[in-house]
Amino acid sequence: MTEIALPQHHEHEHPSGITRWLFTTNHKDIGTLYLLFAVSMLFIGGSFAMVVRLELFQPGLQFVSPHFFNQMTTMHALVMIFGAVMPAFVGLANWMIPMMIGAPDMALPRLNNWSFWLLPFAFTLLLSTLFMPGGAPSGGWTMYPPLVLQTGMAFPFLIFAVHLMGISSVMGAINVITTVFNMRAPGMTYHKLPLFVWTWVVTAFLLIAAMPVLAGAVTMLLTDKYFGTSFFNAAGGGDPVMFQHVFWFFGHPEVYIMILPAFGIVSQIVPTFARKPLFGYTSMIYAVASIAFLSFIVWAHHMFTVGMPLAGELFFMYSTVLIAVPTGVKVFNWVATMWRGSMSFETPMLWALCFIILFSIGGFSGLMLGLAPADFQYQDTYFVVAHFHYVLVTGAVFAIIAGVYFWLPKWTGRMYDERLGKLHFWLSTISVNLLFFPQHFLGLAGMPRRIPDYAVQYAEWNMLSSIGAFLFGASQLIFVYVVVRAMSGHGEKATDQVWEGARGLEWTLSSPPPYHSFNEPPKVP
Amino acid sequence: MITRFPRSVMIALVCLLGGGTARADYALNLTQGVTSISREAYRLHMLALWVCVVIAIIVFGAMAWSMYHHRKSRGAVAATFHDNTKVEIVWSILPFLVLVGLAIPATTALIAMHDTSNADLTIKITGQQWSWRYDYLKEDIGFVSNLDEKSAAAAKLGSGVDPRSVEHYLLNVDKPVVVPVGKKVRFLLNASDVIHSWWLPDLGFKKDAIPGFVNEIWARIEKPGTYRGQCTELCGVGHGFMPIVLIAMSEPDYQAWLAGQRAAAAKAKAGADRVWTREELLSKGAEVYTKTCAACHLPGGEGIPGTFKALKGSPVVKGPLAEHIDRVMNGKPGTAMPPFAAQLDDADIAAVITHERNAWGNNMGDLVQPAQIKAARK
Repeated sequence: MTEIALPQHHEHEHPSGITRWLFTTNHKDIGTLYLLFAVSMLFIGGSFAMVVRLELFQPGLQFVSPHFFNQMTTMHALVMIFGAVMPAFVGLANWMIPMMIGAPDMALPRLNNWSFWLLPFAFTLLLSTLFMPGGAPSGGWTMYPPLVLQTGMAFPFLIFAVHLMGISSVMGAINVITTVFNMRAPGMTYHKLPLFVWTWVVTAFLLIAAMPVLAGAVTMLLTDKYFGTSFFNAAGGGDPVMFQHVFWFFGHPEVYIMILPAFGIVSQIVPTFARKPLFGYTSMIYAVASIAFLSFIVWAHHMFTVGMPLAGELFFMYSTVLIAVPTGVKVFNWVATMWRGSMSFETPMLWALCFIILFSIGGFSGLMLGLAPADFQYQDTYFVVAHFHYVLVTGAVFAIIAGVYFWLPKWTGRMYDERLGKLHFWLSTISVNLLFFPQHFLGLAGMPRRIPDYAVQYAEWNMLSSIGAFLFGASQLIFVYVVVRAMSGHGEKATDQVWEGARGLEWTLSSPPPYHSFNEPPKVP
Repeated sequence: MITRFPRSVMIALVCLLGGGTARADYALNLTQGVTSISREAYRLHMLALWVCVVIAIIVFGAMAWSMYHHRKSRGAVAATFHDNTKVEIVWSILPFLVLVGLAIPATTALIAMHDTSNADLTIKITGQQWSWRYDYLKEDIGFVSNLDEKSAAAAKLGSGVDPRSVEHYLLNVDKPVVVPVGKKVRFLLNASDVIHSWWLPDLGFKKDAIPGFVNEIWARIEKPGTYRGQCTELCGVGHGFMPIVLIAMSEPDYQAWLAGQRAAAAKAKAGADRVWTREELLSKGAEVYTKTCAACHLPGGEGIPGTFKALKGSPVVKGPLAEHIDRVMNGKPGTAMPPFAAQLDDADIAAVITHERNAWGNNMGDLVQPAQIKAARK
């Protein structure tokens, strides 16, 4: 593993062993740490999902109590969102942004080290609650009071874990912004920045604006529970719905924090394998910026059923469906990029194309959910579960996997096994649809989400969904094998350019790239 | 990639099946329901679905065409164009117009849903962990609606009972809420502990029941029948076990039902005024405990350490009676223990306290009479 980032020609001494990883300030090492952390969380969070799907395999309670079931759904969401998807994107940003903009490293390397090393502590706090009397948090990742205030010993651990994750994310975001604003090679103007860098800059601003709001919300929960305040306690003059407003003011931007970098990755991959420049570069940037802006004024569509005044419901319905316009622009641009290209379908391209289609399906159900009168039927059913897993799993996670296949040869200097990559792709795509598509039917037929047991008319689709889940989970082991194989130096040697259609500074570096990406500012074409 | 195509076919199939009549016992699509609200929701749902299907066919069709024809392996040579302002303006404005087309019927539907005026009767619904309480305002009738016993028994972890053998498994209650058809019923929603959400798909909406808030919604049910739904806001371990059953009946049947309820209420009141024997209290108490307390404190009174206190050997249960009565009636603020004073009647509270003080080796030996609870209420 230590070979990944070994410099070809390093002048400085370069620590080895555990201290290399503990004290590292190198963007590639930290990127690797983030990605390894994310993949381990993917498997931990995934195993929670397996417990959920196992219990839902059949009607009746066979394996776990409702209390443990609720812990599993809650922890699955927290671990996947804050432990897998977000750190994976930060890992990709760490690896790629300096190489893409022609910088030697990130602007704030020590901060970079700290923001990573907070995460293992945050998740140790969070995961330790599984072994406490009363168990892990079970009130849902949305932490709605008053229910969340019924959490036992796990409660302060949950709050402080969220605080640590927030600090880590905000520092990561500051680092990305500082790097992109200050470290670009001469000639690398904002209109030349690769889309992945652009989407990450926008994401970083979302993180800085949104994470402190979450920190505020959970701090108010903490004082409500232990210090006698009544922010969210109606009996004390507080307002339980206010928490939902504050939470989703964070939560909706959070959704885009998890999808904008995915847009960036796909915008790198599609032109590469279509051998044609990205269609509508400028409109892509405007689309990302408008999505980011809209993400701050749509939050209450997560809470159409709380009983808002008519004017409020209308406002949030209109602003929500409006997001379809910039999102549509992005999808149309990708299709136009493919149009009259010269396409080949290597593994990264397969994942990226699948992302476009399946993410669009998640977008379609999102549009339907945005229409408030229909949402009164969909809200908190499996239709919603299907929706957000289409955008988060076949959206964010598929894009991350696409990005890893795309950049792995650059990182390791070795080509991954194309045959295994394709096998991984086809197994995942078939099983993930088996897993989530039937959940649309379940929701429409009336099955609420977050229930450990269900009426018998939901049995068939649940069983199918569970089978899909087990297959999807198992398919990811192929991914681990493929990545470990390339990391340990097996496979064909990669060229510097790696892909025939690859353009950009990162592809001018050797594969694997030198320890400090660009010691001399490169010439920007 | 070509295998993507069947997806739109699948969605189309769903629409066809959903539009059809009889189906197997599973459903693929939203119900049309039995109110104007539910029909509007269904229409809007189908409209949005078809809009999505058409867009999907166009976009995925263009992708598929491109993937087939513009392949390197077919010798395609890449063009070099990378923008076209006209096209970009068109595909920004067209979706916007489609959205306006969707927003207009959605707005009308939403305005109609908000009109709760001129209701013929009002029912207050209170969500509580984990049952629904219904109070008929102006009728002086109120009752708690719990998951039916057969479902509750089958739903225990490792019960060994096949849920398929239980009629309306998890969707049945002991006391359904009853409304007349053709009348505008206004529902007021509220909760006593955490947030719940009251959903009957056939009525076309769900609405949150929030402590400290009163939400309102209405329905005019057109067809007599039994309609089933569930709580749809995570509310703790019993979230999946607090169904909603509503029976809509003709006005004369409804009036007869009302009369029956009034008579039963009078009888219960008389029961609470007399002195109960030890056996009566213990058997009633065990029944109330199973229904109301066992979900948290467990059937054996051992609780869940760290979350729900054990009653077996509990200092409150084995302590002074007044404190025990207070705890059951008023709950413990800041914990999961809700107040039961409004949820249970005098006899129920007296019986369940008697049960707790004498079960699981607590052996306090004392009896609590309904009269004591009645006194404590003052």
